[in-house]
Amino acid sequence: MLRAEDLHVYYGGIHALKGISLRIDLGRIVSLIGANGAGKTTVFRVIVGLVKPRSGAVHFMGGEITRLSTHTIIQRGIAVSPEGRRIFGNLTVMENLELGAYNRTFAESKSGVEWVFSIFPRLSERQAQLAGTLSGGEQQMLAFARALMSRPKLVLLDEPSLGLAPLMVQEVFRAIEQINREGTTILLIEQNAVAALSIAHYGYVLETGAVVLEGTGMELLKDERVRKAYLGEE
Amino acid sequence: MSATLFVQQLINGISLGSLYALIAIGYTMVYGILRLINFAHGDLLMVAAYAALYGMLLFSLPWFISFPLAIIATGAIGILLDRAAYKPLRQAPRISLLISAIGASFLMENLALVLIGGVPKAFHRPNCFSHVIIIGGLHIPVLTIYSPLVTLLLVLGLLYIVFKTRAGKAMRAASRDFEATRLMGIDLDRIIALTFLLGSSLAAASGIMWAMKYPQINPFMGVLPGLKAFIAAVLGGIGNIVGAVLGGFLLGLFEILIVALLPDLAEYRDAFAFLLLIGVLLFRPTGIMGEPFIE
Ligand SMILES: Nc1ncnc2c1ncn2[C@@H]1O[C@H](COP(=O)(O)OP(=O)(O)O)[C@@H](O)[C@H]1O
Ligand SMILES: [Mg+2]
Repeated sequence: MLRAEDLHVYYGGIHALKGISLRIDLGRIVSLIGANGAGKTTVFRVIVGLVKPRSGAVHFMGGEITRLSTHTIIQRGIAVSPEGRRIFGNLTVMENLELGAYNRTFAESKSGVEWVFSIFPRLSERQAQLAGTLSGGEQQMLAFARALMSRPKLVLLDEPSLGLAPLMVQEVFRAIEQINREGTTILLIEQNAVAALSIAHYGYVLETGAVVLEGTGMELLKDERVRKAYLGEE
Repeated sequence: MSATLFVQQLINGISLGSLYALIAIGYTMVYGILRLINFAHGDLLMVAAYAALYGMLLFSLPWFISFPLAIIATGAIGILLDRAAYKPLRQAPRISLLISAIGASFLMENLALVLIGGVPKAFHRPNCFSHVIIIGGLHIPVLTIYSPLVTLLLVLGLLYIVFKTRAGKAMRAASRDFEATRLMGIDLDRIIALTFLLGSSLAAASGIMWAMKYPQINPFMGVLPGLKAFIAAVLGGIGNIVGAVLGGFLLGLFEILIVALLPDLAEYRDAFAFLLLIGVLLFRPTGIMGEPFIE
């Protein structure tokens, strides 16, 4: 469904991605893990067109999207929950959700709201509230729910568990599995390697801008290099 | 001062303030999105006034066609201004934008000077805007009544767009976070263009009413009202639309009351407006309705 080939990205003189290739198959949860600064968010930004790679290409649903503008890429059926949530604090919860369905009809937006409220009932109680007044965990739910509003084919989640209490993390991961079962393909970017690999069909491990390991979630969880580097085992 | 005179001045102040309010909205909307003081904004009054005048003179259009056309044309020029002077600088430091704005302002004024000439032209005020109503001792030109009414209608329409429509939601989102707005699949350039269209059209409406109120128009006629409206926008809290409207009315009242209460200093009314700006910047830089800036 999505294929990235040999991506090279530079920030000024910094070679941030050194030839990354990955693929996301329809219906899967694919996890991208790696330490802080490994280049995970840069991969995210390349896919959505916020950063143009010096070389390499991204294909989505059979078409190349590498050089398209961000809004065109999103309109093709990718939705995102960016790192740091980036909800619109000056808008209400409901308005944030409606923006997630900006390119959909009014009826589609309404049914989207019902769907995300069924996944995150807590947002329904808060719908008239300014999004900036939500707790961190609720803001994360909102960012996630906002991404679902367009009923995307593919959702990119950049560190959805960052800074959340353990219970909240569980809830977010439960929601990821639920929407995946309902047919949405997911790219999950995480530092929380155990959680991310446990629910992933396939995973990639990133280190300083390159894929150093890949395999099914199970394989990676068992891999001793992963266990050493990310699970703190000796 | 007699009660009649006071009421007369109050009405004049509200009327003048409504013209400031319409211009101030454009400053505040563009600032809200681009964090730019669009110094070329005031010149759009001049553009609108000439467009309205030439529509009537050259094409013999009745005012009710010429004025709306002039407003649309000015809105389009506002979009062009963004495309030519600001869009290429989206990633540039803000000081570059500011310099570009000042350059665009000089360009518009001098282009008008070359094309039209510096001699002030008489603006043909349609007859229906020339009546004066006399109630008791009050002499009220109908225009003085129409300006606040037109302003009120336009502001209500604008608030509807900004707070109730999909595009308005996108504008408010963009004022908070460009990148996140684009990540919603929103074409940011269209939202910015809409912002310039709305702000410029309102300035155009103000410019035409200004030209009817002071019916001698020249290439620099937008400079002073533009600066005053900028003061109004800061007074109300720049970035806040309701604040801009409030600031416009307050500045209008402030100016007229200075003239009324201190007639000896009437010639210094512009200086008082700038003193007010300095006062606001010193004691309440966020204005009446502005939130504290977080940067
Ligand atoms: N805008 C930027 N300008 C310069 N360097 C950047 C920028 N964004 C990221 N980097 C650098 O690129 C590398 C990868 O960053 P990032 O993709 O954010 O990693 P991750 O998301 O895995 O933490 C880091 O070394 C980071 O410092
Ligand atoms: Mg990151």
